[in-house]
Amino acid sequence: MKTRVLGVAGLLAVIGAAFFGLFVVPADLNQGDAQRIMYVHVASAWIAYLSFGVTAMAGLGYLWRRDLRLDAIALAGAEVGVMFTAFAIWGGMMWGRPVWGVFWQWEDPRLTTTALLLALYLGYLLLRRLSEDPARRATRAAIVGLVAAVDIPIVHFSVIWWRGLHQGPTIGSPDKLLHPSAPLQFVAALLLMLGAFTLVWSYFMIRRYQLARIEWQIEEHGRVGRISAARRAAFGAPAEEPIR
Amino acid sequence: MSQLARHATVALAIARKDALSELRGRQASGSTLFFAALVLLLFGFALGPDSQRLSEAAPGLLWLAIVFGGLLTVARLHQLEAEDGAFEQLALYPVDRRAIFAGKALAASTAMLVLGGLLLPVVAILYALPIGAAWLALIATVVLGAIGFAAVGTAYAALTVRMRAREVMLPLLMLPIVAPLLLAAVKATAAALTGDPFGELGSWLQLLAGFDVVMLVVGAGTYGFLLEE
Repeated sequence: MKTRVLGVAGLLAVIGAAFFGLFVVPADLNQGDAQRIMYVHVASAWIAYLSFGVTAMAGLGYLWRRDLRLDAIALAGAEVGVMFTAFAIWGGMMWGRPVWGVFWQWEDPRLTTTALLLALYLGYLLLRRLSEDPARRATRAAIVGLVAAVDIPIVHFSVIWWRGLHQGPTIGSPDKLLHPSAPLQFVAALLLMLGAFTLVWSYFMIRRYQLARIEWQIEEHGRVGRISAARRAAFGAPAEEPIR
Repeated sequence: MSQLARHATVALAIARKDALSELRGRQASGSTLFFAALVLLLFGFALGPDSQRLSEAAPGLLWLAIVFGGLLTVARLHQLEAEDGAFEQLALYPVDRRAIFAGKALAASTAMLVLGGLLLPVVAILYALPIGAAWLALIATVVLGAIGFAAVGTAYAALTVRMRAREVMLPLLMLPIVAPLLLAAVKATAAALTGDPFGELGSWLQLLAGFDVVMLVVGAGTYGFLLEE
């Protein structure tokens, strides 16, 4: 019930922030209405980084405490993070087309980093699907999540240096939004959207965590069922003593 | 004997075992090298006969061939263990897990170094590269690249070796991780070949070294969990 309230609050907050960003704040002088995409785009990217941070920390916690609940949190972080990353990339492309003239700008370090981020965590999710045993899956996932997390800063720096040789981007970068010269209203719209997304994020995280626990129970149930079926086949009588 | 010396003995013994089994069997090295050389040949077809363009793209092609060949190399080193149930034996040794990782990573680094060392002249011949003057910088790049790839590869090969679809999962997981290594190695190679006009060679080698250190530390820290699973 409480979770549902959180979900509804998140939905209302997103609607409110979208209204503010679309109708209250004026359009950017240079970029026009396209700049409004930034409110959603930047907020998604920040939330994605938050999710992957949670995944790495929960994975580390799992390796330490061996508690499958931490693994469920790691899974929730990765899955929600992938969704927000994809959203951020999509938004960035929609913004890049009118402002830069192209969907994809190889010289923008954030775009290339984010694309790799998506690849890293899609691999993480695929790895989870291909491991059956819960403890093994959790261990492998924790390590992959950890390696990915330490890789991200290296990717970021390498891509920034990579661009360094060429001339920097001449047209506006997302940084301008937070530049002190940006009108206060723009910053307010972004922060509002960030707050709304955080609410939605918390809702998704809780729901995905609950779902992971249920999935885990179903898996466990299936395993117990298979064991008793095997026993019946072997001994011709139903298992009397409780399993495990 | 000090703790560190004991670990080094274990690591060397494991690396020596892998090297010996490869030298005596020669099952993987020949086919891996052939595959990587074939990749280089096909890149030539894909990019057309324009030799100017080919030599400009050569550093990138060299490192892509090393990465593709390297995927086979690191996978091979752990498949050997898994096939004969030797992985469990390895896990039962009463030695530090980090020493086992160091041994496997050392074997993988050596194999990668051989791969890179043999592909470099192939690239030089196929794409008409003047490697003569730049040999020291090129060797440094190959050494640092080999260590970094081997560090990630050793951890990830151990992670995927007992999985279904491991042939797909290893490249899927590894390629995005080694992307910064690829980028830095290509840049360092290109800088070395052109005489480093922008003075950037040092920075790229430093980035490679940083990647190596980070991945060796993470690999050593997590390898024990993979052995025990």
